Amino acid sequence: MFDLEKDFLYDLSKEVKTGTTVMAVTFENGVIIAADSRTSSGSYAVNRVTDKLTPVQDQIYCLRSGSAADTQIISSYVSYYTNMFSIEEGSQPTVKKAAHMFREFLYQNKQYLHAAIICAGWDPIEGGSVYSLPLGGSIVKQPFATGGSGSTYLYGYCDMNFKENMTEEEAEKFVTYGITEAIARDGGSGGIVRKAIIDKNGVRRKTVYGNKLKKFWEK
Amino acid sequence: MSGIGTGYDLYPTTFSPDGRIFQVEYAHKAVENSSTAIGLCCKDGVVFGIEKIILSKMLVEGTNRRVFSVGEHIGIATAGLTADGRRIVQNARQEAKNYENFTSDIIPIHVLTERLSIYVQVFTLYNYIRPFGCSLMIGSYDEEKGPSLYCIEPDSVALGFYGCAIGKGKQEAKTEISKLKLSEMTCKDAVKEIAKILIKTVHDETKEKEMELEMSWICKETKGKHKLVPKKLIEEAVEWVKGQENEED
Repeated sequence: MFDLEKDFLYDLSKEVKTGTTVMAVTFENGVIIAADSRTSSGSYAVNRVTDKLTPVQDQIYCLRSGSAADTQIISSYVSYYTNMFSIEEGSQPTVKKAAHMFREFLYQNKQYLHAAIICAGWDPIEGGSVYSLPLGGSIVKQPFATGGSGSTYLYGYCDMNFKENMTEEEAEKFVTYGITEAIARDGGSGGIVRKAIIDKNGVRRKTVYGNKLKKFWEK
Repeated sequence: MSGIGTGYDLYPTTFSPDGRIFQVEYAHKAVENSSTAIGLCCKDGVVFGIEKIILSKMLVEGTNRRVFSVGEHIGIATAGLTADGRRIVQNARQEAKNYENFTSDIIPIHVLTERLSIYVQVFTLYNYIRPFGCSLMIGSYDEEKGPSLYCIEPDSVALGFYGCAIGKGKQEAKTEISKLKLSEMTCKDAVKEIAKILIKTVHDETKEKEMELEMSWICKETKGKHKLVPKKLIEEAVEWVKGQENEED
């Protein structure tokens, strides 16, 4: 039976499950961010090798989930404004500043937007930090954050495996396995795992291709 | 009555043949007519002191403020047309609030100074609005960066100072300030020294009526917040100055 509400009308207050899994975690020297690589339009994978790790500044990245158009334009606004402010002030922008700018855009335009962002990076004042900015435009600083449709499958995994001040190796494993698991379970996520390690020395990007992804319980 | 810039001084949109904008220079004159204000950058903060001429015994003490807070951490002292000063302070408060809303950080003083400077400059460009007839001293104290003091003049030039004076007695005041060892002075000492300069050097008792001291500071003791110097300290400073006078006589 065709249900007007369920099948047709777009209800903004429900969490819309779009295809993505993104994660960010702080570790002893900075942050590690990771994402899958699928952009879907319904059941068609528009891009199976997407790069969802978007630079805002040299050492500040954002992970985008929700409408690709909305998140792209906002991250370019924040990139622009953090540039202008850092020139005016003569110092590197902090992750806190960039995250709060995201919040300002997301909250003031909440009626029009469908965007959830995780802003993560390293700055000399706080070290590594992760800020979660969900749909409504709130901002929460967290030791780790997950986002996108695949993130629902990771709450248990993260709660059980996260530790404060992990080493780089441990943190890398944490995010890689997390994204792998989400790709396995979530139809909206797939492809490869893209990672970036952000610490005081800069950004190092890594990729784990499909065939190298670890297979967890599978028949 | 023909003056210096006759013919080239009607609007800020006219340069004189020797490259001056007379309207802006006349704005400086407005500042020079006002009573003196001093700002000092000490070891642990910034102190402002203003010589306020008491025009009438009917005026309530502390009225006619010439020093203002912008945010909690920045103080602005004015000389010249107070109304113009208040207008710029209003703009400064707007800037500070917008910056804080957007970035969640308090506005750094050099950013605020830059923005106010740009704002003041706009008023020197057109013939339908006049330049501001006031100078401002902007001060702040940060645990890491230390004290900062900037001065913006009507021509929008903003310079950083260790010690600065604006208004009628600025020349004498600047001479006295240059004799002080500011990097070793605490804010409490600065209160006394400023009181001394304003009462003894700058204020002319024969020509002018009584004066009132308005002083404020941003220092380690106030935890980086701009506050009026407690009345008791000002009274003690005035006593100290009187004591010095007697010693010298």
